[in-house]
Amino acid sequence: MMKSKPDEEDYWNSSKFKAFTFDDEDDEFSRLKESKQAVNSIRRLVEEDDDEDDVEKVSWSGEPVGRKTKTGSFQFSDSLSDSSVRLYAPELRKPKSEYKDYVSDWSPEETVHRMQQGKAVSLEKFRSLQDKLLLLDFSISAHDGNVITAVTLFTITFTVLFRELESRQTALRHFIHYLTETRDQRLLLELLRALGRTEDIALLQYKEHLSIADENKRRDFLKSCLSLPFSPEDSAHVQDHYTLLERQIIIEATDRQAERGGKVEIFQKFPRRASILNMPLITTLYYCCFYHYTESEGTYSSPLNVRQTFRISEKQFFVTALAARAKLKAWVDVDALFTSRNWLGFTRKKSPLGFHRVVDILQKNSAPTQVLQEYVGLVDDAELRISLAQKHKCHDIIINTYRDLKDRQQLLGYRGKVERGSVEERKINELLDNPQIRWKN
Amino acid sequence: MAAHLSYGRVNLNILREAARKELREFLDKCSGSKAIVWDEYLTGPFGLIAQYSLLKEHEVEKMFTLKSGRLPSADVKNIIFFVRPRLELMDIIAENVFSEDKLHSSREFHILFVPRRSMLCEQRLKEQGVLGSFINIDEYILDLIPYDGDLLSMEYESAFRECYLENDQTSLYHTAKGLMTLQALYGTIPQIYGKGECARHVANMMLRMKREFAGSQNQILPVFDTLLLLDRNVDLLTPLATQLTYEGLIDEIYGINNGYVKLPPEKFAQKKQGEASKDLPTEPKKLQLNSAEELYAEIRDKNFNAVGAALSKKAKIISAAFEERHNAKTVGEIKQFVSQLPHMQAARSSLANHTSIAELIKDITTSEAFFDNLTVEQEFMTGVDTDKVNTYIEDCIAQKDPLIKILRLVCMQSVCNNGLKQKVFDYYKREILQTYGYEHILTLNNLEKGGLLKPQTSSRNNYPTIRKTLKLWMEDANEQNPNDISYVYSGYAPLSIRLTQVLARPGWRSIEEVLKMLPGPHFEERQQLPAGLHKKRQQGENRTTLVFFLGGVTYAEIAALRFLSQMEDSGMEYIIATTKLINGTTWIKSLMDRPECQTP
Repeated sequence: MMKSKPDEEDYWNSSKFKAFTFDDEDDEFSRLKESKQAVNSIRRLVEEDDDEDDVEKVSWSGEPVGRKTKTGSFQFSDSLSDSSVRLYAPELRKPKSEYKDYVSDWSPEETVHRMQQGKAVSLEKFRSLQDKLLLLDFSISAHDGNVITAVTLFTITFTVLFRELESRQTALRHFIHYLTETRDQRLLLELLRALGRTEDIALLQYKEHLSIADENKRRDFLKSCLSLPFSPEDSAHVQDHYTLLERQIIIEATDRQAERGGKVEIFQKFPRRASILNMPLITTLYYCCFYHYTESEGTYSSPLNVRQTFRISEKQFFVTALAARAKLKAWVDVDALFTSRNWLGFTRKKSPLGFHRVVDILQKNSAPTQVLQEYVGLVDDAELRISLAQKHKCHDIIINTYRDLKDRQQLLGYRGKVERGSVEERKINELLDNPQIRWKN
Repeated sequence: MAAHLSYGRVNLNILREAARKELREFLDKCSGSKAIVWDEYLTGPFGLIAQYSLLKEHEVEKMFTLKSGRLPSADVKNIIFFVRPRLELMDIIAENVFSEDKLHSSREFHILFVPRRSMLCEQRLKEQGVLGSFINIDEYILDLIPYDGDLLSMEYESAFRECYLENDQTSLYHTAKGLMTLQALYGTIPQIYGKGECARHVANMMLRMKREFAGSQNQILPVFDTLLLLDRNVDLLTPLATQLTYEGLIDEIYGINNGYVKLPPEKFAQKKQGEASKDLPTEPKKLQLNSAEELYAEIRDKNFNAVGAALSKKAKIISAAFEERHNAKTVGEIKQFVSQLPHMQAARSSLANHTSIAELIKDITTSEAFFDNLTVEQEFMTGVDTDKVNTYIEDCIAQKDPLIKILRLVCMQSVCNNGLKQKVFDYYKREILQTYGYEHILTLNNLEKGGLLKPQTSSRNNYPTIRKTLKLWMEDANEQNPNDISYVYSGYAPLSIRLTQVLARPGWRSIEEVLKMLPGPHFEERQQLPAGLHKKRQQGENRTTLVFFLGGVTYAEIAALRFLSQMEDSGMEYIIATTKLINGTTWIKSLMDRPECQTP
């Protein structure tokens, strides 16, 4: 079955573009007709702007031919022009010596096999839609992504029938993967749209924001994402993302000015180390608790407003406010967090957070023993309380706890650990001498 | 030297030698002096095959890292690019070639694709107008790399992501190819078992490839009796748990890359006697870890709690050996002592290194944070409160602990509960996005696609049934003298290894119900051997199984398999192969979108 066609070789070698025309004089005319018909029956949708060369342009709608097209239908023609065209048919030319191999009339199966081995093949000979799909199916069953992608790209140019791809999920996935890798965002989005994979489109589009450095452009981009078909939960998150950045831009502008003006004390005392732009929500809340704690609920930077807008959980808000105020050593504010009733609705010294965690946060912000002591004393569990008290050297709490537990032995033992002649030692002695206490040991 | 590769049941050095031979042949094809331009990702895996000395013998004089712009100058005849077939790398190569041409026209260019040529890449080079500049374009089929005496890895990091997220099965094709190479060297494997979608694909490809080679019968006596192919997504739980073996912990804490670990240098400062160590080294200490080191081979698979005792025992033996010198009286005895000195010195320095590493690890394992984390993991694995929001996770988020730690725990809870209740799922999701940034929507969606994190779809949670049937949780695991594989996670027996264990005895038929609960088909295939190649088994001779983990395996799982190999009555020896050695952190990272954007 060796057909030597030297003319054709030259022809394939000399021009890439011509390979995409459908030549009527072809000897396989009858089979070609089928594919040509298929292509022609697809409506040309976009063609105004590119008529510079005589490349056969192919355009198609995402809907099977004959059905009514939805708005936003699949348009390929402009994407297919020029540079991308070249990508679609891999031409692996080998040195002349391999030509006889090359012209051989390989079956689809053999062709795929040779491709896997990295040998020269001619995909151009698969002209009819039927042949191409056969080739595609063999490549799919070979599981070699390299070959599947190459064959898919080849078949796509000619048949351009996405409904054929739809029934071949593997090839479709490889094509999508290829478009992702080549960063052909627009083509990819169109393909996914045509496939009805709406959530994927939304996420893919949203991902683009990561590569936008300018905050205003990023904000505008996020705004344009709001209408994308996310799942309902994700949609709420993206909305929050947009709102957050919008707010950060306003806060950043205002605060930068205030800092430069040099009249606002807090910015003088604690110069901002970094811009708040693109920081996570909780970091932003911390920032607001640090610089804008007392603002009324009406401002964008008010912690209460941030909390409300983004539905921040009580616990998260509490932890963040606590850390921010402790960092500033604003112990009055810290105290108020546990006592104030008006907006958090807490009764005195109650916390949505275990007091041992409160102590932990305060200690990390280097709170003095005096302050720590107050909160260590509020830890419910006696054992935990003692171990925390020992860690933070809160003698009073330890002594009082042993007293409450009526544990004379422990108290005696502890006396050995405090300084001779100290207030603590005196206190222990007083307790040990107190006849009113009924020790358990 | 890679002698440790030949100590095991199967001499994996044959495979390494085959790979080296091919590399030499390629290098010799480009005659004359050469410089290699490396795709950085490849240097690690290549290090397992060949050292610089081999390259030097074949006239490699310079090595560079592939970077855009102009190539560094080097007075060589050949420039060889060693690259993975990736489009973005082709653009860099094109740039290199272009800027090079203007200066030196005499240098010759070559490309070596690892592990396969790619038509798209060559097409890209052609478009860039540089394809014609290359004298040789070749591929270096490096599918399975011998990693240790019983361990092969493809070092294919993105295999799990590609298979389960992107549905790209190229890694499976490479796997099948690698297994064909292996069979060419070690004989046809008569029995193939598998569990999972990917396992099924690989087996199908292998069988088809075999049919295609039907002409040439493999005349090698089979070394492997059985091949077991396991999908990682059959057991998503195991990699999420913190490994508690010595090697597993080194990997969890410091990360083992291509057989090397980098450690904080402080503990390794060389103090000479009587000399105050003023300047501490600042460069991390780099150590190679494999069974070539006697002590490491001995302790790597122990539960960390048993490592201290093993080290002190070793210390006594070494001191005793040094003491021997006092007993050496005759010239012959002294001579013998001296001849043993180098070995003893090496043992002593190995002991010093591992004592330091164990100290470093102990600082971490005895910390409160480590203990709390482990407690929660064990609660999840035993099925305690997996349907509620976990306070510890909540606190960790509030503390802004590293995101990957949070994701490991949340995924674990999800896997142990067969999906999280919608309310719990939404809560975690919101807390994570608020604290770490909304862009992590992308990562959370990936985890969902991979099945690691998902809302509950059916009300039935079958994890407890799986746990009970496969005995995944063993109370009172014996860490010092283990009698069960569960010692590697101090109680949890890795699901994947239980499946392997049950397959050997009493067989999968006994666990049909559970197999049906796990994703993907399970199957058995046989490959015909030519007459005369059927093994005549000696009485008491062990069978050999190659277990292939598609999508990655952890060091603790490897330890568990080694434990099974060593059990006197198991009758089975295991060789392990995988797409990549992973731990929960590297695994989750491979599923994240732009992990580098992570907020600290």
